[in-house]
Amino acid sequence: MSQPSPSETALRRDWISALAKAPPGRLAALLPDLPAHEMLRAPEIGTVMVQGRIGGTGAPFNLGEMTVTRCSVRLAEGAVGHACVQGRDKAHAARAALADALMQTAAAPRIEAQVLAPLRAEAAGARASRAARAAATRVEFFTMLRGEDA
Amino acid sequence: MNAILTGGFADPSTQSAHAFRALLEAMARPGRILAVEGARPPAPLSVAAGVALLTLTDATTPLHLAGAADCEALRGWIGFHTGAPLVAAEQAQFAIGTWDALHPLGRFRIGEPSYPDRSATLIVEVDRLEPEGARLTGPGIETEARLSLPETAAFRANRALFPLGFDCILTCGARLAALPRSTIVEDA
Amino acid sequence: MYVAVKGGERAIDAAHAWLAEERRGDPAIPELTVAQIREQMALAVNRVMAEGSLYDPDLAALAIKQARGDLIEAVFLIRAYRTTLPRFGTSRPVDTAAMAVDRRVSATFKDLPGGQVLGPTFDYTHRLLDFALAAEGEAPPAPQAPARDEPVPHVTGLLDRDGLIEGQPADDTPAPDLTRQPLELPASRALRLQALARADEGFTLSLAYSTQRGYGRTHAFVGELRIGRVAVQVDLPELGFAVEIGEVELTECDTVNQFKGSRTEPPQFTRGYGLVMGQSERKAISMSLVDRALRWQELGEDFTGAPAQDEEFVLSHCDNIQSTGFLEHIKLPHYVDFQAELELVRRMRREAMQMQEAAE
Repeated sequence: MSQPSPSETALRRDWISALAKAPPGRLAALLPDLPAHEMLRAPEIGTVMVQGRIGGTGAPFNLGEMTVTRCSVRLAEGAVGHACVQGRDKAHAARAALADALMQTAAAPRIEAQVLAPLRAEAAGARASRAARAAATRVEFFTMLRGEDA
Repeated sequence: MNAILTGGFADPSTQSAHAFRALLEAMARPGRILAVEGARPPAPLSVAAGVALLTLTDATTPLHLAGAADCEALRGWIGFHTGAPLVAAEQAQFAIGTWDALHPLGRFRIGEPSYPDRSATLIVEVDRLEPEGARLTGPGIETEARLSLPETAAFRANRALFPLGFDCILTCGARLAALPRSTIVEDA
Repeated sequence: MYVAVKGGERAIDAAHAWLAEERRGDPAIPELTVAQIREQMALAVNRVMAEGSLYDPDLAALAIKQARGDLIEAVFLIRAYRTTLPRFGTSRPVDTAAMAVDRRVSATFKDLPGGQVLGPTFDYTHRLLDFALAAEGEAPPAPQAPARDEPVPHVTGLLDRDGLIEGQPADDTPAPDLTRQPLELPASRALRLQALARADEGFTLSLAYSTQRGYGRTHAFVGELRIGRVAVQVDLPELGFAVEIGEVELTECDTVNQFKGSRTEPPQFTRGYGLVMGQSERKAISMSLVDRALRWQELGEDFTGAPAQDEEFVLSHCDNIQSTGFLEHIKLPHYVDFQAELELVRRMRREAMQMQEAAE
């Protein structure tokens, strides 16, 4: 097993994260057809303990858990895909694992264009829309002239 | 790679429930030998040891791999299927290896007087597991039971620590038996 | 004498059936969907997630529906469900400085990098009932402004640069876990914060208020309060590296307290910290006040006997599921216990009367 290069790892980290954060319905719409595969680990629901840091920067503490679903698959041609996604949607986890596997095959450019690019654009759009609403509630202070200085 | 990703429970909830029941029965009836199935771990681990790991360990149970069990294939398999953190013997909640590899036993946690449960469970891989040899008496044994043990002195010393001490699961092929700290062990 | 009794199954079944009917209410009124609760009762959902200690808005909404809006009952349902799930791992500590903020205000500094962002707050509403909401209608879209792509650093970092506030250097001491090991006292600050993060909002609020009124006096300013989303990163052993698996909404509060100094520390400001799942600023502020009050020993302050300073008192009573479990169990059959008490009181009365008669 050859070690992936740091840039390959960064790319894979990025697409796994985009797939995990995708709204399940959108992923299903963008990737309706699933290739033949074997389940190495059938979709399984569990939790991850989320940690914070004391004072935001100090020692870690346990904040509480979140639900996650994980899945691992192998395509007929051998590529192995993994997923761990927020929530309890088993189809989401299976689809994300399959997309991860497909991204390691010749299908990668197609998946990148048809699935990942729209997901990334939509995520950026949703984020920008919240940020724009927040920006509208930003306070612009102005100083009023006061008695003695007037 | 394949050896790491395969060999887990195909139907985790049902298979782990059956395996847990078998382990419970083994602990409750020291010396009783039970057959288990469902795990296909990489060498050198037995099926029964694999079943015990899949059933009892997860990301919150620190595990120590002793001797030949501490190999890359097994580390990968355990990481994928159980997520148990691998630690030194002193921090382990579970440890796995042959009897010789697990020595010295003084490294393992035996609990504290107020929390005797904070102790290690040793999964001991043995070459043979038969209802003969050392004499077992105590809780869960109506009269007496016999079990082929690698030795008796260490188990007697462990019994003397009661309620502290470690517990053992002995595994051989697809069969297992257990020896909790409460069992009195005597030479045949 | 112990008498085992059985019975009541039919009555229990009937009670459950009636409960289901009452839950539904008048069938002429449209039924609430879980998605409606999730979207339109979001702050109730947030509270159930925080105190249930499980981030899953759909589950929390379902629990609220099942509990008929009784939030503590809903928290109970979430806690019970959580126990059925395996835990796959622990996240890397979330980076709240990198939060995509919906709201970020400071009561101590007016001008700060990233600005004062009010977010969707109740603060400046007039608290007049809005009868327009009783009629159906769409809310007008909120105004938007160009977002400035600038970092929003923690306010306390600004004071830290001048050494005016206690630092909180990065530290990787593994966190203790209240849900895996029984509570042992004295508790570390990490353990106290875990307990407070899932503590009952009302209890935490009352304790925090008591410190403001002089019981374990801590005159706190909100150095910073922020609400927004942070990415959750988890190391997946099968990959060998960490990935972002999702986002959670959090409320973070850093309070600043005056500190006159001790033998080892110069006068400076000290801090209290609150971090809560979801949008829940009352809880986050309360948590940071109680956190600060509990730190009296670490900071060399006096124990004045105030409830908020007493960690055994706080940690043993802050969990509403523990509290309600013990409280409500006393309504369940205690026939045998009470029989014994009855016997005892009768005997004592008899003896008392005999003594009285003898005296007369």
